[in-house]
Amino acid sequence: MSTTIEPTVRVETRRTPMPPRERLESIFEVEGLDAIYGSKPAVKGVEMKVYKNLVTAIIGPSGCGKSTYIRCFNRMNDLIPGFRQEGTIRYHGQDICGSNVDPVAVRRMIGMVFQRPNPFPKSIHDNVSWGMKVLGIKDDVNERVERALTQAALWDEVKDRLKASALSLSGGQQQRLCIARAIAVEPDVVLMDEPASALDPIATKAIEELMHNLKDQYTFVIVTHNMQQAARVADMTAFFSISQGGEGQRYGELIEYDATEKIFTAPSDSRTEDYVTGRFG
Amino acid sequence: MSAHGMGASPLQVKNLGRRKAVNRFMELLAWLAAAIAVAILGVVIYSVAKRGASELNLNLLTKAPIPFSLTDAPQGLANAFVGTLVVVGLATLMALPVGILVAIYLNEFAPASIRNGITMVLDVLNGVPAIVIGIFVYGLLVVGHGQSGWAGAFALACLMLPLVSRSTMEILALVPNSLREASLGLGVPQWRTTLSIILPQTIGGILTGTVLAVARVAGETAPLLLVCSLVGPQINWNPQHALQTIPVAIFELSESPDPADHARAWAAALVLLLFILFTSLGARWLANRSRRKIAAR
Amino acid sequence: MASAELTADARRRPFSGRRLRFGDVVLQVVAGAAAFGVTILVLLIVWKVIEGARPAIEKYGLSFIFRVAWNPVVGRELYGAGSFLFGTAITSIFALILATPLALGIALFLTELAPGAIRAPVTALVETLAAIPSVVIGLWGILVLAPVLRSTIEPWLHTAFGFIPLFGAPGTTGASIFTAIIVLTIMILPIVSSICRELFLGIPHDLKEGALALGTTRWEMVRGVVFPYARGGIAAALILGWGRAIGEAIAVTQVIGGGVYVGWNLFSGGDTLASKIAASYQGASTNLQAASLIYLGLILLVFSLIANILAQWIVRRSARKHGITRGGHA
Repeated sequence: MSTTIEPTVRVETRRTPMPPRERLESIFEVEGLDAIYGSKPAVKGVEMKVYKNLVTAIIGPSGCGKSTYIRCFNRMNDLIPGFRQEGTIRYHGQDICGSNVDPVAVRRMIGMVFQRPNPFPKSIHDNVSWGMKVLGIKDDVNERVERALTQAALWDEVKDRLKASALSLSGGQQQRLCIARAIAVEPDVVLMDEPASALDPIATKAIEELMHNLKDQYTFVIVTHNMQQAARVADMTAFFSISQGGEGQRYGELIEYDATEKIFTAPSDSRTEDYVTGRFG
Repeated sequence: MSAHGMGASPLQVKNLGRRKAVNRFMELLAWLAAAIAVAILGVVIYSVAKRGASELNLNLLTKAPIPFSLTDAPQGLANAFVGTLVVVGLATLMALPVGILVAIYLNEFAPASIRNGITMVLDVLNGVPAIVIGIFVYGLLVVGHGQSGWAGAFALACLMLPLVSRSTMEILALVPNSLREASLGLGVPQWRTTLSIILPQTIGGILTGTVLAVARVAGETAPLLLVCSLVGPQINWNPQHALQTIPVAIFELSESPDPADHARAWAAALVLLLFILFTSLGARWLANRSRRKIAAR
Repeated sequence: MASAELTADARRRPFSGRRLRFGDVVLQVVAGAAAFGVTILVLLIVWKVIEGARPAIEKYGLSFIFRVAWNPVVGRELYGAGSFLFGTAITSIFALILATPLALGIALFLTELAPGAIRAPVTALVETLAAIPSVVIGLWGILVLAPVLRSTIEPWLHTAFGFIPLFGAPGTTGASIFTAIIVLTIMILPIVSSICRELFLGIPHDLKEGALALGTTRWEMVRGVVFPYARGGIAAALILGWGRAIGEAIAVTQVIGGGVYVGWNLFSGGDTLASKIAASYQGASTNLQAASLIYLGLILLVFSLIANILAQWIVRRSARKHGITRGGHA
């Protein structure tokens, strides 16, 4: 299918165009990943390469396992009893899903921002510095806090009240604080699970700007149910959808994964086309 | 700018070994704490079971004690079992209606400020030490009149009241408003709604709350010591006199130097413990069941 | 509480034709009387205790509180609460010191560590410990614990740590302040741990996930998020546990040995406010002695009320604080 289509979203020209495919360095290699709760699979058979210093979006209808999928990358699903995983995810070549790999070490490198802002009941400064201190980053704490808050586009708004409780911030500010908290410990990758879904458009824009600005330092993987957002921020987009299995069970499956522009203007799979043109989902 | 070095593994995290060791140590301590709690429980129950079982026989329940007995004539603690039955029974009869009425008032009628205030008072009542309740009832009912089963029952009722009230309030709160609205909407007066519609829903919960309260006071010794303990060995059903009760009997026997008395104390303790355990566990199981039934409506 | 607002609301805005029924009035009056009766009851308790203690209050005034004396010999009667206050303080504080880490450990175990299969049974077991009547714990204390302590633990502690004044010369019966401390620890452990367990269960899951996602270990997450969040509730639990410990009369009097003692040796006998009352209830020979015993009860009551009200206040305050966990809209 090489005819271009009329997507429902306008794909903006990349401000910093993606390097050609040969020069992309892969940071995650997902091979045959199945994520299963008890007996119900959430996603099956995912094969995907995530590239360094890009923003990769994961889109799809609700229930297709996007959140479950992204939580596999930092072993957060381990916290859920009854969860099981098959297949591998390689991070810089090392399988991070094995039982011999410590999730604590994985999470150190691969940070996460959650759907609802979840700042600690501490001051704004301590929210950012607590993780650093615990993880052993003890020098220049104040400078690092300032740098993280600046990168999260929050510094100007809070610089005079760093001792105030984080809970006194608005939702959008709290979410940016959570982002600052995550990048303060200098991870390699930042996973974002629908980070702006609880926020208004202005706060959403701030977060998208942030991702764009920090791309050269971190790799972002963002789950979003908002196609426009994916079109705006993502370099690569992965489309998941719900498939029906043999015994009638429904599970999520990776349908198509490509440069954002291609996904939205000339998708290869008809299911992708249906989704991005708004024919369903 | 990432923190990982370009070593063999991309997951090099400094200090992780030490931090994991601390984590494991703390986990060990938590396991140890739980083990200690279970061990203590096990030791106590084992002691009571082992020492009580040998003396446990029907005589305990049917024969009166023979103080200073030099023969092997069968004796038991029948007076204590009878007394406990009477005193706890009367206490329940006193505490139950009042507790339910308090809960009804707080949940169905009271404005928020009064509800908060009286709930606080109930919590305060719950926190008064049992021995102070004993002093109170001593001053109220014993001075000038002498000890009695009624005084003992009243003291136990004071202890039961907050428990019955609180559990009734919880169960009343679980009854969905739609039920009240439906009844009031039909024109049924509020008193009728409360008594005929709401209350029957809660019988199960009230029952379990009462059973738990009974289990709690069946073993209560302190107030009875002050108001209902000067007793003779005969079996007595009349609450106008002081009646022997199981916990007081255990207390007195435990302080005696005679090992035969100790044996009887263990046996009584075993019976008491079995009663409390069965009623507590049974009541809790019933409570969960009734809670689920009501909430599922 | 929606139901009370609903019905109170319905009363304030009756639609035409809806009269206040006689039955409504009766039920409300009777139930209201019961509710206010509870308040009267509490006031009555305080009044009766003060009244019972009055002869001693009139004779000794406030000096009773700190006087270390208890001489019931007729003609030379002198009473004071000092040694029993000391006994109450030392037993309850040490019991709290021992019980707190155990209770926190149990609560953490049950909420963070226990595999699903043993979580429910162990929880039930700890609750069962709370259900054991104090007289049974006391019975076990005198006949099982005290002999063991007397024959092995106390001598060992004395030889190994005797330079610390706490571990002085052991007594002969094993009934001592030390035994009472152990017994009290056992008794307050379930209360403190079950309050803490409920507290920890109530911590929002995403708060814990936020901490773990940074790459912290479970213990670091507990120390950094769980404990600070639950700080108020833990304090309330400790205060309630302490209140329980000071009020315990029966088990303590069975194992503490009795006596007027103010000193550091934990292996000595002694008495607390509550245990003295329980011990002397039948032997009170004179009005003054009885009144003095009740005066002890009054002091105990005051401390209990303070602990209770303090704990309630803390719970109310931290409930309000955590009611605004999220900052609202953007």
